[in-house]
Amino acid sequence: MSPAGDPADETISAHPETVPLAVHDLTVAYHRKPVLWDVDLDVPEGKLVGVVGPNGAGKSTLLKACLGLIPIASGDIRVYGFPYEERRDLVAYVPQRESVDWDFPVSVLDVVAMGTYRKLGWFRRVGAKQRANALEALDRVGMADLAKRQISQLSGGQQQRVFLARALAQDARVYLMDEPFAAVDAATEEAIVTLLKELNRQGKTCIVVHHDLATVSQHFDWVVLLNMRIVAAGNVADTFTQENLEKTYGGRLNILNDAAHALSHVAR
Amino acid sequence: MSLADLIEVLTLRNYNTQLVVFSTTLLGVASGVVGSFLLLRKRSLMGDVLAHSTLPGIALAFLAMVALGMSGKSLGGLLIGATLSGLVGVAVMAGIRRTTRLTDDAAMGLVLSIFFGLGIALLSMIQTMPGASAAGLDSLIYGKTASMVKSDFYILSITTGAAILISALLFKEFTVLCFDEKFAASQGWPVGVLDAALLILVTLVTVAGLQAVGLILVIAFLITPAAAARFWTQRAGAMAVLSGVLGGASGWLGSTVSALVPDLPAGALIVLTTTVIFLLSLFLAPQRGVFSRQHRQRQLRRKVDRQHLLRAAYEILEADSRVAATEAEKPWDGMVTNHPIARTALLAKRSWTAKMVDRILRKETRSGHLTSDSAAQSVQLSEEGFGEAARITRNHRLWEAYLVRYADIAPSHVDRDADMVEHVLDANLVRELERASQEDEAWVAVPASLHTIPTPESSQS
Repeated sequence: MSPAGDPADETISAHPETVPLAVHDLTVAYHRKPVLWDVDLDVPEGKLVGVVGPNGAGKSTLLKACLGLIPIASGDIRVYGFPYEERRDLVAYVPQRESVDWDFPVSVLDVVAMGTYRKLGWFRRVGAKQRANALEALDRVGMADLAKRQISQLSGGQQQRVFLARALAQDARVYLMDEPFAAVDAATEEAIVTLLKELNRQGKTCIVVHHDLATVSQHFDWVVLLNMRIVAAGNVADTFTQENLEKTYGGRLNILNDAAHALSHVAR
Repeated sequence: MSLADLIEVLTLRNYNTQLVVFSTTLLGVASGVVGSFLLLRKRSLMGDVLAHSTLPGIALAFLAMVALGMSGKSLGGLLIGATLSGLVGVAVMAGIRRTTRLTDDAAMGLVLSIFFGLGIALLSMIQTMPGASAAGLDSLIYGKTASMVKSDFYILSITTGAAILISALLFKEFTVLCFDEKFAASQGWPVGVLDAALLILVTLVTVAGLQAVGLILVIAFLITPAAAARFWTQRAGAMAVLSGVLGGASGWLGSTVSALVPDLPAGALIVLTTTVIFLLSLFLAPQRGVFSRQHRQRQLRRKVDRQHLLRAAYEILEADSRVAATEAEKPWDGMVTNHPIARTALLAKRSWTAKMVDRILRKETRSGHLTSDSAAQSVQLSEEGFGEAARITRNHRLWEAYLVRYADIAPSHVDRDADMVEHVLDANLVRELERASQEDEAWVAVPASLHTIPTPESSQS
């Protein structure tokens, strides 16, 4: 485990054993059909973590549950030992880019500046300082020259980079990203990889939902194999094995799936 | 109607006219601003549900006030009843959505009709009740500005003023809520509270609008100015302001005309005014307007035609140069020389009509890209036109090469695919294409075509 990054944050360095994200006994259900069963996960500090699993394995759900965006049936989620609600400032979220309407009347800079809203607080308007922060974040994803552009004029890859820049503007320590590599062009993929490496060097923790098994060992140093439950989690070298992948993607979870289906029918 | 009447109305000399015009303008501004957030939140119809759900509340408030021995028609009391029952309607809708698997539209339709039906039933019961003078209650359904008095104006000013103020204060919060609700929630913004605040604003303007435009038409005030404003701007702030301005203008214009023509109800006129503004925006707005889009499409089509012609000309010249080299029994060095081209050769290059070719030729002659010799039925590219033709052909082939190499498109199909995109390539993209094709081969001025270009026999003139 790499040492905790920022000594300035005393509340955190006071708890050296705590990890950026600890999930215990998490169960999530949609319409009473369980999507995640008894998930236990301790993500170590400063890692690039890939979350992989088949479609419907609950990868996005795991992120959303950690962020408190969906109700959880049971479980406990802690960020550096704190309940998430208390330390939202430590976490930045990059949603799937399809989750918003890109014809919305805002500019690229407006969207990135949204990353500064939390620190700005109620009622206060975005000022020169926030705009400068947003511009710097845009520069880090190579899009400073598009700051004034209307967001409907962006390509898919550029949209993804705008979302990453917005997360950067939040200046967090843990980054939760939902499929940032999905359907992006080569330039964007390169920009995201560079950015992940940079965040990694700064000691930040990145938890990234990923769909491309071929690039897992290339992009990440830690991996979570998920299929409704945690199949395995750990260093890529030890965990990302053929056997674990078969367990994750193979048919052995059919019983669990059937049980979930049956439950949802009883509940209805 | 005399000129004096007109002047009296326009200068707001009549006290009642003054009251009505001020009220409806203010209402228009407030509902325009609030409506723009409602539109961006994609919940415009929620305003309609809310408005229709106010009716049972109005009837019940009347009954309650009569039972307490008060006048049943005090506007304040009626509006409180309307507010409560409107909110109950929205709550029922949210409840249906949460507990059943019915979709939004079904939940809205259910609540809207049930509450409105209930309200109508209650109102007709009241009308037949002995001792209760309920005449005029139904003016809240269609709106009746003429019945406004000064105290109504105060109520309306306070509610709309509050709605505008709250919208301005919460602008940043509403924007992030409307754009990306999940992200807002992850940052810790209380999404539920913000949605409730927006709902309260909608309630304020809806209830304030009951008397002026009535509960059926108030939705037009909420949706139409915002939808019109969306055509003119790409910024949420500007949109809210413009929507307020358009709403205010509709309120002012509608109530003024209604004061001029005695039997026309203000509510309907206001809605018609917003509709006219909307239609003007729909057609005339730059960028997003229908005309502007059509114009851009037409221009693109013309540009494509022009580029096709120039490329056809270049390819003919290229083929001719190759033939000339073969005839001289020398290897072709890739040089293309400019000479007159037969009109029939151009015509044979693509599946286009003679009329079309002639039209494009006329255009290109005017822009100095070529000169035509009508006697010989031939054209010759000018120096500028030749350069342009070479550039266009080059872009086309760069793009083709890129498609074949990176997008796995068969060389026999690539021409048509390249055709669609090459016309919109900007300088940046062209540079990127150059980089892509330079990776493994020497840079060429105009790369050779990847597929055989049919050579018309009669190209030598």
